[in-house]
Amino acid sequence: MEMVKRPLPAGFQKVSGDDNTEEYFINMGPQHPATHGVLRLVLRLDGETVRECVPHLGYIHRGIEKQAESETYLQYVHLTDRMDYLTSHMNNHSVCMAIEKAVGIGVPDRAEYIRVMVLELNRISSHLMMFGCFGGDLGAQTALLYGFKEREVITDIFDELCGARLTMNYFRPGGVANDIPDTFIARVKKVIVDVERTLEEFDRLITGNVIIQERSRGIGILTREDAIAYGCTGCVLRASGVPYDLRKDDPYSIYDRLDFDVPTKQNGDSFDRYVIHIDEIRQSIRILQQCIEQIPEGPYRSKEKPSYRLPAGSYYAATETAKGIFGTYVVAEKGDKPWRIHSRSPNFANLSPIGKMVKGHMIADVVTVITTLDILIPDIDR
Amino acid sequence: MAKVIQRRSLTLLERSYLWEIIKGMGTTFKHLFRNFKNPEKMQLMSYPEVEVQTPQNYRGSHRLMKRPDGEPRCVACYMCSTACPARCITIEAEPSSDPRIEKKPRKFEIDWLVCVFCGLCEEACPVDAIRMDTRKVAISHYTRKEFIADMPRLLNWDPKDFPANDAQSQKAPGGKQNQQAKQIWGLEVKHS
Ligand code: SF4
Ligand code: SF4
Repeated sequence: MEMVKRPLPAGFQKVSGDDNTEEYFINMGPQHPATHGVLRLVLRLDGETVRECVPHLGYIHRGIEKQAESETYLQYVHLTDRMDYLTSHMNNHSVCMAIEKAVGIGVPDRAEYIRVMVLELNRISSHLMMFGCFGGDLGAQTALLYGFKEREVITDIFDELCGARLTMNYFRPGGVANDIPDTFIARVKKVIVDVERTLEEFDRLITGNVIIQERSRGIGILTREDAIAYGCTGCVLRASGVPYDLRKDDPYSIYDRLDFDVPTKQNGDSFDRYVIHIDEIRQSIRILQQCIEQIPEGPYRSKEKPSYRLPAGSYYAATETAKGIFGTYVVAEKGDKPWRIHSRSPNFANLSPIGKMVKGHMIADVVTVITTLDILIPDIDR
Repeated sequence: MAKVIQRRSLTLLERSYLWEIIKGMGTTFKHLFRNFKNPEKMQLMSYPEVEVQTPQNYRGSHRLMKRPDGEPRCVACYMCSTACPARCITIEAEPSSDPRIEKKPRKFEIDWLVCVFCGLCEEACPVDAIRMDTRKVAISHYTRKEFIADMPRLLNWDPKDFPANDAQSQKAPGGKQNQQAKQIWGLEVKHS
């Protein structure tokens, strides 16, 4: 029987080669539970070995950047919650910093400390989620539950602090929306104790686990050169041996007053990308402890305004989120609305090398690579 | 300063798998017994049967505040609908019968299907007339029309549900000049 010649899916090149085995294409996603959202990966398989992998994006594109053009600056802040919803405070921070830079608003000291505490809590909760998913995707459902359990406590703190669990909208240009409640510090102290205990447990349960180790060691290696070339940031970059962290290298807020390390790994494989999150949480806890000691009294917000008019020009501010560098580029013209806003999202750059990383691995390893890249699709599509 | 963490290799015991499985099960069972001992500390909730207790400042559905005489505190200034990023507040103003107030709303509607619960309206209001502290988050109706909350619905709340020690969350003239307003009106704030 004549073989039907189907056209190649978009993004693939014809390769001439081995005619003995039949290669075939498979769609992983957009409704695959392990792709963390609506990501579609088209895989060219040879048996179970991945020969090529092309990510297809756009399934959750909402046009946030376009919508920003019809919103005032203050109204735009809450839209960034919907990008990377696990690190919403950090996205808000980046927008607020861009506005502060443009208008020249100072941020009171207390507000800076509140911000940093909230950011680090947010980082811990995002990393805990990553642990959970890492375990869950590799078949250890227990880890998923433990990760979520600890994250729930942090979400409860945010709940009391800003009135929402996911779409916080807490940061404002020149400070934060409201002061911390009286119970905040005590609850943060409790979270620190809890998270430290959980980390130990994770070390016992997951890091030392042979099955996890064998499934993640040497899988999806991202070399130092590739990581830089693809513009990867955050844990992905640092696991490949580049000690680059905006909090250290271009300190914003009050990070230059705080004492913490930037954990770095050398191998750039899935296991390193996982372990580096544990070390990052330990550093976040250190930052939190310093903030609790140093937080001063004072106003939590400089004089508030109903709307901001940015002087014409372009402004850029970037923060180091739990995933990488989130930057906001604002082009302002006359009026209280931006002419154009672009967000540099960390997840887009972190996903790009996936084709290179999974080449030659088994199809089950694609899942490992996706979870350890710690990507979130709403942030990629926006 | 970068910190390089060296990786350790697997020991013989770890490579035998069996010990690892026992260790893992130990952790799981520890959690199980801990949860048996004090089930209140579990992060679990039988949701539809048990109502979720959200904190007081949780951003839930809106309510319109009232003056002591029961009239809405709102002065139809359109600040909230201007601040609203979802543009879901519809206000129509009419002249107020009270000579001290210029306008009052004839129609005040919030479309809860469009609302994103961002809290900007609450922050924008100059007289503290709109609040989101009803703690009602599970809004469900059968038709789209029912999601549009009109003024009677927004004004229909029970003072007992709100903290009595916070006079501002009860029936009271609102705004920064609250004290002054009370003197002009010659009123004392009654709790409940
Ligand atoms: S909460 Fe936000 S979206 Fe909803 S009515 Fe108020 S301003 Fe509009
Ligand atoms: S901002 Fe307050 S007073 Fe003005 S229209 Fe809205 S609810 Fe009424």
